[in-house]
Amino acid sequence: MPFNQKPQKFNASINTVEIGCGDKAIKLGGECTFPFYTFDAPMENAPKIGVEVSDLGIASNIPGIQKFYEGASTIGEIAKKAETMEGADFVCLRLEGGDPNGEDKSIDELIEVVKEVAEAVTCPLVVEGCKNVEKDTELLPKVAEVLQGKNALVMSAREENYKAVGAAAGLAYNQKVGAESAVDINLAKQLNVVMTQLGVNGQDIVMNVGSAAVGYGFEYVVSTMDRIKGAALSQNDNMLQMPIITAVADEAWSVKEAMATEEDMPEWGPLEERGISMEVQTAAAVLASGSDAVILKHPQSVATISKMIKELM
Amino acid sequence: MALTGIQIFKMTPKKNCKECGCPTCMAFAMKVAQGALEISKCPYMSDEALAELSEATAPPMKTIKVGTGEGEYTLGGETVLFRHEKTFVSKTRYAVSICTCMDDAAVDAKIAELQKVDYDRIGERMHVEMVYVNYEEGADKDRYVEMVKKAAATGKTLILGCKDPEVAKAALEVCKDGKPVLNGATAANYAAMNDLAKEAGVVLGVCGADLNEIYDTVAALEKAGNKNLVIDATGSSVKEAYANAVQIRRAALKDQDRTFGYPTIVNTAAIAHGDRNLQQALASLFTVKYGSIVVMETLDYAEALPLFGLRQNVFTDPQKPMKVEPGIYALNGADENSLCLTTVDFALTYFVVSGELERSGVPCNLIISDAGGLSVLTAWAAGKLSSTSVATYIKENVEDKVKCRKLVIPGKVAVLKGDIEAKLPGWEVIVAPLEAVQLVKFLKDLTA
Ligand code: SF4
Repeated sequence: MPFNQKPQKFNASINTVEIGCGDKAIKLGGECTFPFYTFDAPMENAPKIGVEVSDLGIASNIPGIQKFYEGASTIGEIAKKAETMEGADFVCLRLEGGDPNGEDKSIDELIEVVKEVAEAVTCPLVVEGCKNVEKDTELLPKVAEVLQGKNALVMSAREENYKAVGAAAGLAYNQKVGAESAVDINLAKQLNVVMTQLGVNGQDIVMNVGSAAVGYGFEYVVSTMDRIKGAALSQNDNMLQMPIITAVADEAWSVKEAMATEEDMPEWGPLEERGISMEVQTAAAVLASGSDAVILKHPQSVATISKMIKELM
Repeated sequence: MALTGIQIFKMTPKKNCKECGCPTCMAFAMKVAQGALEISKCPYMSDEALAELSEATAPPMKTIKVGTGEGEYTLGGETVLFRHEKTFVSKTRYAVSICTCMDDAAVDAKIAELQKVDYDRIGERMHVEMVYVNYEEGADKDRYVEMVKKAAATGKTLILGCKDPEVAKAALEVCKDGKPVLNGATAANYAAMNDLAKEAGVVLGVCGADLNEIYDTVAALEKAGNKNLVIDATGSSVKEAYANAVQIRRAALKDQDRTFGYPTIVNTAAIAHGDRNLQQALASLFTVKYGSIVVMETLDYAEALPLFGLRQNVFTDPQKPMKVEPGIYALNGADENSLCLTTVDFALTYFVVSGELERSGVPCNLIISDAGGLSVLTAWAAGKLSSTSVATYIKENVEDKVKCRKLVIPGKVAVLKGDIEAKLPGWEVIVAPLEAVQLVKFLKDLTA
């Protein structure tokens, strides 16, 4: 008596959101199964990988990253290099220099950076703010404006500034909008509800439901994503059917395991290896939990995760 | 699958003797079906009836034990597919593989290396728990047995990856007391392997070309009376391994197909041979999705630190937060004169805060008192973090050990400053910023 295979069919699916234009445009989401459950139904679109670059340039002390970007000095050159990374589908520009507690770059200066990157790359572009709510509220609408016609993803609208960011990116300038919440299904849903009430098309929203490096409260990430995908597919909850994008690099490279020096932790071995491991394993775990796109930074992490996705498809 | 009252009634002796406390056997059967009474309350049930009933009421996934002593691990016994429904109970265990295809020097190096990772993370010992000793068809039997001996000498629990009954027999001779897993039953050899596993009293691993073959072999072994099994879900590719691991677990828990109600082994060394990074990606994937034992070619500190952290997270009780032990944690080489900071014992808070403090490079004493494993605001709201709790802990556990009299409290409970100062004469209380990420700058400014 052979095994009685019982595929799990859902009469619902995750929205498909297209980012970028032309040949290199990518589609996020579209699946009607749990992650990589290709034995239930084919997965519409493979999860995508973005390469993170920053307006601060290559601040990294990681040899593999420095080597990869060798010869690139302007942000345009860096971004151009990033899109050639093996396995990369899009580039994610982080405007961290805007942080008032950091470099506090002016909005004009940051917009110049965005323009330069947009001109340099042909792949889809995701732009992240500086995480300071007030600054982002002012900055991100201008980013949406300057990227008109590029069909970019603007990250992120949050509870505090979704009106300004959502209206500019989603309504005025026809971009895709990232909706960022803090690892909680209800917060994620609530933000989608208010954004759509504002008039933003639900089909133009990509969720960033937050993340953590593995080992750092990652159970909340797993459960939040499990529950969101469960509600989206089995209850057809269209306020949770937006694809999910996860900024892995930022979390993975800022925990102790990826930062402690070799002098402090001799038995742990090379710092670069530790950072790659943290990034690769965190990315694999968020993809296993339902993320439709991950943002990474080390070339080896991008190549590895790209290979894993290909093998699973 | 649950039995109905009528089905249970048919198994009773129908004596209506009332010894079970019920007026009739029928009434008793109904209560048992509802779960209100135990079948053992009737002293007259036949052994066959008891066996059938215990089978019917058995959990959907068996709990299998491997290894002995400190190296004894419980696999399986899961009841849910998603951790928010209920706690995952049996942690994924990690094995490093050695193989007859490696030369002696490589085997020795690997055995030495796999013992290096050994550390503590929130009260849990983290180390490579198992060694997978792989036998390639046609390799020398004696050499394999020697490898098994070397692996057994590490004290780790073994998995013998061997499909040749004669070789397996010789290997079991030298390691069976350690309760290894014999991973190598197939459709072709299961009868011989079953005899070996039963005689040695070890768990038998079932392999097969596809899910149907595995399914049939498990069914045949069960029929032969062996339910002490694990299933090798590896298959021939990454895609197949994932499809197998998910479908085996789902069939058992969602569709109540007990033939697949066993723990699984996923051997990443076989499907991502020589690709360390892909193997660690897969180890992470199969920790989240349904691998009971994950085999890798290496597991050094770089790979272990995230992997064991992930496992610790995924296998926590969703109702019970992880806690760190109360105490004084000296960071960045702090001594009795270094600045004191305090926060709650919620593991996540501790990790975030201690991570930022370490990043600052400023020597400091992080004081953790018992706050019920809650985050700062929740603990404060629940009365578990108060001026009294902080002051009492400091008086009883800190004042005699630390000379510094400056205490930094979490920004979110700035309101406690006055009260703590009143209750702790001689201490200066300083309020930290609201978010942990601001700690580095704050500390640098404070100690500048
Ligand atoms: S003890 Fe057993 S035999 Fe007697 S009434 Fe109860 S069920 Fe029937």
